[in-house]
Amino acid sequence: MKICVLVKEVPDAAVQKKIDPSTGRMDRSGEKNLNPYDTHAIEAAMQLKESGAMAVDEVVAVTMGPDSAERALHKAVSLGADRSIHLADDSLAGSDVAATGYALSKVLEKEAPDLVLLGQQSDDGECYTIGAVVADHLEFPSLTQVIKIDVEGGTKLRAERQAEYGYDTVEINLPAVISVGDAINEPRYPSLKAIMGAKKKPLDKVSAADSGIDAAKVGGDNSAAQWTGSSEPPKKEAGRIIEDEDTAETVDQIVAWLDERKLI
Amino acid sequence: MANILVYALQYEGAFNKNSLGAVSEAAKLAAEIGGEAHAIVVGQGVSDDLAGTLGNYGATKVLNVEGPEGLAQPVVDAMAAAVAAGDYGYAIFGGGLLGFEVGAGLAARLDAGVAMEITAVRADGGKLVAERPILGDSAISQISFRSDVGIIISRLNAFEIKETGGTAAVESLSVEFSPFSGQATMITRGEQRGADVDIEGADVLIAGGRGLGAEEGFELCEALATAFGGNSAVAATRAVVDAGWFPYAGQIGQTGKTVAPKLYLAAGISGAIQHKVGMQGAENIVAINKDANAPIFEFSDLGIVGDLNKIMPKLTEAVKAKKGA
Ligand SMILES: Cc1cc2nc3c(=O)[nH]c(=O)nc-3n(C[C@H](O)[C@H](O)[C@H](O)COP(=O)(O)OP(=O)(O)OC[C@H]3O[C@@H](n4cnc5c(N)ncnc54)[C@H](O)[C@@H]3O)c2cc1C
Repeated sequence: MKICVLVKEVPDAAVQKKIDPSTGRMDRSGEKNLNPYDTHAIEAAMQLKESGAMAVDEVVAVTMGPDSAERALHKAVSLGADRSIHLADDSLAGSDVAATGYALSKVLEKEAPDLVLLGQQSDDGECYTIGAVVADHLEFPSLTQVIKIDVEGGTKLRAERQAEYGYDTVEINLPAVISVGDAINEPRYPSLKAIMGAKKKPLDKVSAADSGIDAAKVGGDNSAAQWTGSSEPPKKEAGRIIEDEDTAETVDQIVAWLDERKLI
Repeated sequence: MANILVYALQYEGAFNKNSLGAVSEAAKLAAEIGGEAHAIVVGQGVSDDLAGTLGNYGATKVLNVEGPEGLAQPVVDAMAAAVAAGDYGYAIFGGGLLGFEVGAGLAARLDAGVAMEITAVRADGGKLVAERPILGDSAISQISFRSDVGIIISRLNAFEIKETGGTAAVESLSVEFSPFSGQATMITRGEQRGADVDIEGADVLIAGGRGLGAEEGFELCEALATAFGGNSAVAATRAVVDAGWFPYAGQIGQTGKTVAPKLYLAAGISGAIQHKVGMQGAENIVAINKDANAPIFEFSDLGIVGDLNKIMPKLTEAVKAKKGA
C-alpha cells in the first residue's frame, strides 16, 4: 500500500507575515519551514507503517510550490517519508484553494495512493479545506480534523474527530483522504542521520504538463476566487500589557485592574 | 438573475444557529441582487414541517433531501444536483466544520471559486463580494468570483439571525449519491466526552489551554474560578479537549460553545482564530501567556507575559483576599 502525505512550506512562525499590497497575495519571502501541522500527518503515516496496522510499502511526501519548497520535502523525508514529489511550475503561482487542490489531485492521481494524509490546516493561509477539494477530484471518501485512526481489516479505517456537536466516529473504506488534527500524535524529531540522508532520497520534480494539469484551471489569473482589494479592520484599542517580573507586583496590578472594572 | 443556495445543517430536530444566520444573510443579499434565497436540508426523515421553518428566516424554498447525516460528501452530491437543476449564482454556508468540508468539496465539483472564513458579504453591481480577515485579523481581503457559482463559507457567528415570519415552499429533491460518498459511514455522532459542564451561563470564565502542561494543570483554573466564586466556571480550548484533559461541553470555539461572559481569563492559550470566534464577545479579556508574541495579546484588554504556574496560584490567593476584605 502507498500513503501520500501532502505537505507545504510556510513562513517560519517567527517571521512577521505580510501581504503584497499590489496582488493581495502573501509575501512568501523570508525564512520558511515545513508547516508544523504537516509533521503530524507524516507521523501518522509512519505509525501506520511501523505498527504494521497497514501493509505500507511506501510513504511519499508531495508538495506544490516554488523551488524553495524543496526544503519542506527534505524535512518530510527526514521524518520518515521514503521519497518525495515536487510539483513546481511558474503557471501555478497564485492559485487559490480550489486550483491548488485540483493541481495536487492530478499529481496524486498518477501515484494512485491508498491513503492521502494531510495536516489540519496551513499555518500561513489559515486554510483547512484542501483535503476536501483533493478528495472530490480523486473521488475518494474523506474526513478532516481526525484525531484517531484505527485500521480495520487492512482496507478500512475507523476515524474519530470532533465536529460541531461532539465527537464523531466514522468508518471509511480505502482509498481515502484524511486530514489529521494535531492531537493525533506527538511527531518525532528527525535523527541527525536522517537529516543528513534526506537529500539522498529520491525527489521527483514534476511540471504542470507532466502531471496532466489543465493550464486554464490554475494560477492566479485563472483562479475562480479573485482578490479584488483589501481594507483595514476597525481598530481596537490596544490592551494593556504587563511583563511579569515580580509576580507579587504583577498580581496586585491584575487585581487592581479587575477591581476597577468591578469584576471581583 | 441568480438565486442563493444555503446549506442548512440540522441535528436532532433543530437547525444549527450558524445555518440560520446564513439563511438570514442570504435572504438579505438575494433581495439586493434580485434573486431568492433557497435552503437545502439533507437528513434521514427530516419532516417538511421542520424544513419549512426555514421560511421564518427568509428562505422562499427549501429542498428536502433524504440522505446520510453528518458527513460532507453526500451534501456535496445534493447541492451539486440542486445547482444543476436550478438557477444559482452563489452557495452560502454558516461556520462550523461540515460547512467548510461541503463548501470546499462543492467548489471542486463545480469548478467554482471558494472564499472561507468570511465575516461580511456585500452586493456590488448585482454580484457578491466577500470579506475575509487575514493575517491574524490585521487586514481584510475582498474576494469576488468569476465562476458561475461563487461559494462563501462564513466564519462562526458572522451572520445575524433574523426572523421574518415568512414561509417557504418545501420540495423534496431526490439525489443520486456518488459511489465514493457512500464509502464513509457514520458509526456514532455527537458523542459528549467528559462531564456536562455549563459555561454558557457563567459571568466569569477561567479558560485553560495546552500551556497548562497536563490535565492536572486545570486545578489552577478550578482554584481561580472558585476564588471568584458566584457564577464562574472553567472552560477550555480544543487542543486540551482533544487531549482528554477537559470535557467537550466546556470547549469554546468553532466546534464548541460561543460565550460572552463579563470576564474571560485565558491561561496558556495561544488565541487561535478558531478559539477567538467563540469568545470575542466577552466584555473583558485577560490573558496569561509566556510568549509575548502569542496572538491572544492582539485581542486582550489585559495581557500578562509570564509563566502561568507562577502567576495563577498567587492570583488565586489575591482574589480570595480581595473578596474576603
Ligand atoms: C476546523 C478547526 C476547528 C477548530 N475548532 C476549535 C475550537 O472550537 N476551539 C478551540 O479552542 N480550538 C479550535 N481549533 C484549534 C485551534 O486552531 C488551536 O489549535 C487551538 O485553539 C490551540 O489551543 P491552545 O491555545 O490550548 O494551544 P496552543 O496553541 O498550543 O497554545 C498554548 C499556549 O500556551 C502558552 N504557554 C505554554 N506554557 C506556558 C506557561 N507555563 N505559562 C504561560 N503560557 C504558556 C504558549 O506560549 C502557547 O501560546 C480548531 C481548529 C480547526 C482547524
